[in-house]
Amino acid sequence: MYKYDDYDQAIVDERVEQFRDQTRRFISGDLSDDEFRPLRLMNGLYIQTHAPMLRVAIPYGLLSSKQLRMLAHISRKYDKGFGHFSTRQNIQFNWPALETVPDILADLATVEMHAIQTSGNCIRNTTSDQFAGVAKDELEDPRPYCEIIRQWSTFHPEFSFLPRKFKIAVSGAEGDRAAAMVHDIGLYLVSNDKGEVGFTVFVGGGLGRTPYIGKCIRDFLEKKYLLSYIEAILRVYNRFGRRDNIYKARIKILVNDVGQEEFGKQVEAEWEHIKEGVLKLEQKEIDYAKSFFTSPIYDDVAADDNSFNEVKNSNDAFSNWAKRNLYPHKIPGYHAVVISLKAPGIAPGDATGEQMDSIANLSDQYSFGEIIVTHDQNLVLPHVKQGDLFLLWQALDVQNLATSNIGLLTDMICCPGLDFCSLANAGSIPIAKQINEKFDDMDYLHDIGDLKIKMSGCVNACGHHHVGHIGILGVDKKGEEFYQLTLGGSSENDASLGDRLGPAIAKTEVANVIGKLLDVYVKLRKEDERFLETYRRVGIKPFKDNVYASN
Amino acid sequence: MRVIKNRSIIDDDWSLIRNIESSAPIPEGDVILPFVFWQTNRDQLLKTKKSHAIWIDGSIETESLLDDIDSFSIIALDFPIFKDGRSYSHARLLRERYNYKGELRAVGDVLQDQLFFMERCGIDSFQIRDDKDIEQALNGLKGFSVRYQAAADDTIPISERRKFK
Repeated sequence: MYKYDDYDQAIVDERVEQFRDQTRRFISGDLSDDEFRPLRLMNGLYIQTHAPMLRVAIPYGLLSSKQLRMLAHISRKYDKGFGHFSTRQNIQFNWPALETVPDILADLATVEMHAIQTSGNCIRNTTSDQFAGVAKDELEDPRPYCEIIRQWSTFHPEFSFLPRKFKIAVSGAEGDRAAAMVHDIGLYLVSNDKGEVGFTVFVGGGLGRTPYIGKCIRDFLEKKYLLSYIEAILRVYNRFGRRDNIYKARIKILVNDVGQEEFGKQVEAEWEHIKEGVLKLEQKEIDYAKSFFTSPIYDDVAADDNSFNEVKNSNDAFSNWAKRNLYPHKIPGYHAVVISLKAPGIAPGDATGEQMDSIANLSDQYSFGEIIVTHDQNLVLPHVKQGDLFLLWQALDVQNLATSNIGLLTDMICCPGLDFCSLANAGSIPIAKQINEKFDDMDYLHDIGDLKIKMSGCVNACGHHHVGHIGILGVDKKGEEFYQLTLGGSSENDASLGDRLGPAIAKTEVANVIGKLLDVYVKLRKEDERFLETYRRVGIKPFKDNVYASN
Repeated sequence: MRVIKNRSIIDDDWSLIRNIESSAPIPEGDVILPFVFWQTNRDQLLKTKKSHAIWIDGSIETESLLDDIDSFSIIALDFPIFKDGRSYSHARLLRERYNYKGELRAVGDVLQDQLFFMERCGIDSFQIRDDKDIEQALNGLKGFSVRYQAAADDTIPISERRKFK
């Protein structure tokens, strides 16, 4: 993984001191609330329902065991002993005291971490594929390019006061696991007809109250032009994006207003001026970034130990876990293991300090000390030998980390909602709990199979409800919490926005309605068809009829 | 009035006029005029004045200044509210693309914690908001000792400074 040099370390160290000074000036009254707001936001610090919330950056989701141990330490020392992994592959602490935040940042800086640009109207953490570097369908590891973008975007002098926040995702595989189509910029590594690898560039995707799927403005961008092209997009956006209305300020609105073709032309015209300038990447810069993302030294004979197949035959719980929580690895005999942070009764994405420490130790023992945060709010140990799987599973089980539900109904994406967030209109976590209580039969969940439920407590869509197979949006109706359901969304290569099922439903009915939707699916599905496929084949009517007819 | 110029606090007599009818008589003295007014009265202004200072708000396209760019000794860039970042792009374009060598002055909601970014984009003078301590605001220029990007103040990106093995 990437290792800071003196330059990187100087920037985070100086940032700690800068923020310490800003916090001091705010507490002393030199800075007003309004003046401190953008400064703290650019540092991931929100003032929330109960206390400040601090969002710490995990660039493209990659953590070392040492970093995860530091997050565990922070959760215990400055918070209530847990952290919340977010859909942006970051972690959030919900209870730190404002005056301790500079100390938290100082602790983070000792392990090459920070909270820079995790919020505010600037370029946010670049996200990527949770199976980067290990997936079989990968053309090239996207993370060196994420790191190049991270450095270019950090304290960018021109783009720190954009009309609105700006999110970039990079995918390097055939299967898009980075939801690149719903990002302000989505980049796909592709090879052209000459066999050269470059990027396809999508722009203007996003969720929120006006969801759009990204539009392609360049089929093939040579790697050396990565930064100059992104800078051209940002410059056009910074100059011409709307600033008069916060809800119309994202780049997707600009792209939609001027049109995909015209927007592309403006970007290309700007790019012509700068493409051969200092932003042009030399091969040695790309090679330098790549040098940090080499494969570990794998065991050549890992595939010979086949004992885990025998254990599977005799242990149903382990067998279920192996069926859902393993992802194929490019090296024979290895698996990427997904650790579910969606155990029943736990707020999706939460982990305790003790769990984080335990995962850090297990990653040292079994996975070369690497951990990856997924945008589905789970954690991945990317390189586990199959001979170690049973021992790992047992150790995870002790920590309540072996729930075998990856990709299943209960592997929900869920925002913090009304319980923590001051923007929310409705609760998310209680709905997750309700769903977990109703669907507690593992055999049923495995029978239903792949199902992505995504839930947001307000239209800002932090829980990505638009792209859930079943999306749940919390709304406020005269002071009461109601839930608007959508069906048929996807954030993968076949990206689509969900269709509205019908009128919003009462809070107590959400799990029951999901049950009714699944009854229709079970009745109409053909053989191995997944929920999404059945929905796409039969359309919304039978689902709608079953939910609303009986009311 | 005191402004920060080239990292020092100086006394300065230029006064900024934001609102003026295009048909109004040309104001006397050292005044920074709205670009639209300047354009309307261009020929007369070029005859009668030696030094020209204009003010542009974020919606003026930088390119529209090009015909007369050599006439200006001060271009004042507006920050109506510090969150409005359009002038950062204007500044870089004027410096880096159009090679403007005169003074670029930040006016409006100009605060300590934005000065680092402004200076990096080529702004060299700052009219700090009235109610703020200009001496303290100078600290904002300290910023960071290293930068990842090349910009108007520094043409060498981090990649050039690193010694690639």
